[in-house]
Amino acid sequence: MKRFKDIISGIYIGFIGLILYAPILVLIVLSFNASRSRVTWGGFTFDWYIRLFSNQQILEALFTTLILAFASSAVSVLVGVPGALGIHAMNKKKYGIFMTLTNIPMLNADIVTGIALMLWFVHFIPLGFGSVLLAHITFNIPYVILSVMPRIQQMNLSVYEATRDLGAGPVYAFFKVLLPEMMPGIISGFFMAFTMSMDDFVITYFTKGAGVNTLSTMIYGEIRKGIKPEMYALSTIIFVAVSIILLCVNTLSEKHKNHIVEEKNL
Amino acid sequence: MNELEERSSKRHWLATPYAIWIIVFTVLPLIVIFRYALTDSAGHFTLENTAAVTSPINMKAMWFSLKIAFGCTVFCILLAYPMVLAMKHLGLGRRGISLFIIILPMWMNFILRILAWQMILSNNGILNLMITKLGFKPVAVANTPTAIMIGVVYDYLPYMILPIYTAIMDISDDLIEAAKDLGAGSFTVFFKVVFPLSIPGLLSGTVMVFVPSMTSFVISDILGGGKLQLIGNIIEQDFISGNNWHMGSGLSVALMIFVLISMEFTIREEKTGRESVIW
Repeated sequence: MKRFKDIISGIYIGFIGLILYAPILVLIVLSFNASRSRVTWGGFTFDWYIRLFSNQQILEALFTTLILAFASSAVSVLVGVPGALGIHAMNKKKYGIFMTLTNIPMLNADIVTGIALMLWFVHFIPLGFGSVLLAHITFNIPYVILSVMPRIQQMNLSVYEATRDLGAGPVYAFFKVLLPEMMPGIISGFFMAFTMSMDDFVITYFTKGAGVNTLSTMIYGEIRKGIKPEMYALSTIIFVAVSIILLCVNTLSEKHKNHIVEEKNL
Repeated sequence: MNELEERSSKRHWLATPYAIWIIVFTVLPLIVIFRYALTDSAGHFTLENTAAVTSPINMKAMWFSLKIAFGCTVFCILLAYPMVLAMKHLGLGRRGISLFIIILPMWMNFILRILAWQMILSNNGILNLMITKLGFKPVAVANTPTAIMIGVVYDYLPYMILPIYTAIMDISDDLIEAAKDLGAGSFTVFFKVVFPLSIPGLLSGTVMVFVPSMTSFVISDILGGGKLQLIGNIIEQDFISGNNWHMGSGLSVALMIFVLISMEFTIREEKTGRESVIW
């Protein structure tokens, strides 16, 4: 019976995996397709990968996308982590108000958030990289707060108080006690924010103005004329690079965990 | 006030930058969109823009959006729940690797992934190629509501899996063991222990899937062949090609009010449960 359940579970996971990865497989295959057409196979080639590095437009969009993702996640952590600590110390009523406001960008449809920000921005700043960055920070902060908050709730604040009573300054106590406790939440918040920023299209589309392009908006603009195969090559590179990085991080943290378990057993 | 309380009350101030951010970039933009929605181009007050949601074309789009969003949510739950149970059964739960498999696809640009679905589903696409090889008649899903449904279910499935996963993995094994020791069969364990404890996850997932699938104008654009319109498509056209900002804002506000009303119930449920289980 157990073996039967194992097999069914395995098959089901494989099925969902197939759905999730089928389009990715298609894109990877296309990146090696010598024919420019999306429907015919014209033989194997590395050409698109080589041409990618001389395509100034794509590289620029990649650069914008990465800077945007990095800067917006970093600012979100810098605003969101103290924000979460502050909100946690509030009374129930204020806490409720802040958490509701935090949920607004997550509940609202992307298109509404994007339009509202655009209508607001046009009153005082030109649409461009700056406005997109502000928009990305706005939708990223909630991800940071929502991943740090459970950590803060689990934290034993008396340890912090004890550190302070024993003479540590607030800054020292923050870095020695609070920060290490919150770190896993901060890392996953940063990672979520980075992923959301990289994958966003709608909000960027409405707040970007002319002249600035992220990979998403550039791809959207190319839909009717046909996607440049270099784009498939770039996506494949990003995908493979991220897979390798995440796999390494994962193996390292597993090892770290096992290490801790072993130490405890001694 | 003793020193301890004083420290805790001082801690409020840490939220000041965030409070300013919320006011400037969440509250004020909402006020601006309401102002656009409730005025005409001459600046006079009007309810026409918001009421426009009841015009036949917009009603049709709204109804279609609702059907897509409802179907998408149901299919996502039906696909995600067994997935999480299977992961738990095989003991993949506590390992980061299974989460990683679910999040990883998001690193391939979503418009490209939807375009790939277009290639898979098109009339002479990969799916039909395989079906005819197996000796069946080809199916015509391209540019139909079914194609859009496949697209949104595909795109939002991870947002359903993750919160359910978080909720189910949090259930302690001891609890399940205790139920079994007390004589519960696996059926009872599921319906009396696992399912009730996973409801907050289901609700979070529903919130994360329902609204985006209702408004995703890119997916309906690519997989619907431009003929099937969601409410998101209509709003987008008001802004980009129609240049009718007041009308677009009016429809956005109508959409927002609708979403808030339908979510009100869900969120209140969630608050009584536990804190956010989104990730």
